[in-house]
Amino acid sequence: MGLLRWFKRRLVVIAGLLTLGYLLLPNIVVTVFSFNNPKGRFNYEWQRFSTDAWTDPCGVADLCGSLSLSLQIAAWATLGATVLGTMIAFALVRYRFRARGAVNSLIFLPMAMPEVVMAASLLTLFLNLGAQLGFWTILIAHIMFCLSFVVTAVKARVMSMDPRLEQAAQDLYAGPLQTFLRVTLPIAAPGIAAGALLAFALSFDDFIITNFNAGSTVTFPMFVWGSAQRGTPVQINVIGTAMFLIAVLFVLAGMVISNRRNRQKA
Amino acid sequence: MITVTTNNSAKNTAKNSAEAGGDVRLCGISKTYGSFTAVRPLDLTVPQGSFFALLGASGCGKTTTLRMIAGLEEPSSGTVFLGDQDVTNLPPYRRPVNTVFQSYALFPHLDIFENVAFGLRRRGIKSVKKQVGEMLDLVQLGEQARKKPHQLSGGQQQRVAVARALINTPKVLLLDEPLGALDLKLRRQMQLELKRIQTEVGITFIHVTHDQEEAMTMADTVAVMNGGRVEQLGAPADLYENPQTTFVANFLGTSNLIEAEVDARSGDEIVLRAGGGKLVLPEARCSAPTTTGGKVLVGVRPEKISLTHADEAGEIPAGRNRITGTIADSSFIGVSTQYVIDSPVCPEFEVYAQNIDRDPRLVPGAEVVLHWNPAHTFGLDAAQDIDAGIETVEEEGAAA
Repeated sequence: MGLLRWFKRRLVVIAGLLTLGYLLLPNIVVTVFSFNNPKGRFNYEWQRFSTDAWTDPCGVADLCGSLSLSLQIAAWATLGATVLGTMIAFALVRYRFRARGAVNSLIFLPMAMPEVVMAASLLTLFLNLGAQLGFWTILIAHIMFCLSFVVTAVKARVMSMDPRLEQAAQDLYAGPLQTFLRVTLPIAAPGIAAGALLAFALSFDDFIITNFNAGSTVTFPMFVWGSAQRGTPVQINVIGTAMFLIAVLFVLAGMVISNRRNRQKA
Repeated sequence: MITVTTNNSAKNTAKNSAEAGGDVRLCGISKTYGSFTAVRPLDLTVPQGSFFALLGASGCGKTTTLRMIAGLEEPSSGTVFLGDQDVTNLPPYRRPVNTVFQSYALFPHLDIFENVAFGLRRRGIKSVKKQVGEMLDLVQLGEQARKKPHQLSGGQQQRVAVARALINTPKVLLLDEPLGALDLKLRRQMQLELKRIQTEVGITFIHVTHDQEEAMTMADTVAVMNGGRVEQLGAPADLYENPQTTFVANFLGTSNLIEAEVDARSGDEIVLRAGGGKLVLPEARCSAPTTTGGKVLVGVRPEKISLTHADEAGEIPAGRNRITGTIADSSFIGVSTQYVIDSPVCPEFEVYAQNIDRDPRLVPGAEVVLHWNPAHTFGLDAAQDIDAGIETVEEEGAAA
């Protein structure tokens, strides 16, 4: 009886912890196995602790090359999609033009389209245009599918912005450029940042569209896929764990900064 | 000296003799959106240093007029002058005019200090600290300089909005329903505060409001707007005592309007017939053309009327306008009692009586005589809608 009551009271906490565990278990496995010293080529069974992979993350041929390519593509795709997506979001919220409703819905189509279908269609398109598959085709494809997400994130923010704030800025002697830089951009920034982060994450780990349109270029997800057929080097887990840790650090830094700001205000 | 004309009514105007340096002059200004006319061609002069109110119900064009002065709305026709300068084609950021927005529009990402300093910084002024400090002291917010707008109360935010505009010492300060979001008590306080600031800095204030009490308390001159045109313009007391249209008579306070027929003239007085009785109206207080046998609307304010029980009708001094009726309803509200009288000439005649000596016989159902000094009577053109300007409950809600 007592146990049942104890359980009832903490039901929410227990459910929360279990869900969190469910979410994080794969990450824990990735991290643990980054310290493995596997017997064969496959890193699927625990053998013994080793830091070999951590001391030599680029020890596998082509791994760091593909990682750097993926980071570059993600950075450029984020930049392109964020700039274009922000402009589209502003246009859709602020201006009334013909076919605005149609554009509003068309923007979301890429999100709904099965990725593999889009990948194949893109390849068809590139081949018909006679484009050389590689860095540029990957980048163009990534910007395209990241756009919808950026537009969604920024639009939500811009819709909640009071247009009178910009009028107030103009009334206070700020020209169009000053108004944009001093008022519009800072207020829209959280939405733009959310869109950019989403775009970076999506671009960095995209496999299907990239695989179709890469030609002989190899990005990090493609490298992992390719090596998984022949054996999985521990270095993959090292890179994965490192990415995870960097993300966690960013989140923690963000929390510390906002906490400090709140304390200053109070 | 203020002059006003609306082109369509083509009223005669006296020309402003001296073109003063800081006057705001609107010449034939109008605004249309597609087929909807927000502001009809309008001439308006606001003298330098005055506290001017644009009063009207929502949708009457008052805010559009204000925004055209600010440069936030482009007029469809006409010219805006600030002093001698034609500013019609200047963008808002080149006009020496600042606005206090409805809902304040404070920059949420900047603290109070930076909000107030915004205009100075945009004009390239480097050392703003002293000026901003003084301005925050003027609106009694010196302590709050480093807070963000959302941490302040409504009244404090409103004062920041005023400080942010005033620090630029504009030629004209435009206030767009600045007190609409405040509760009644705070609104009264802020009315006095704004009036004090205006007297202190001597800048021209143009204040847009739908609250007739607010306009009358604060402004030197009130322009009553209706349907995109100025109905009447003048000092608050003048507008109240001498309304020239039914809209002004009903929108500013309450008026009892009676349909009457012109019977005769005697000297500078007009004798009218209404429901068998006779009423006297001074000719000077009649804005309508009067021909014998023609119709006129006779108006009188509820507080000008005295109530006497029918049994004592003989004691009413001679020479007063009289109407008989029955008390339909009475409500006691402390300083006064408000009666609704059912009379043959007007079904709902309102009378406000000061509670000095209350006659216990004046209860619903009692027969009474209403009487007032003919000098308090005003005459209006009978061709107008007699109910124009009476605010219904829905309209009040929409305006708030």
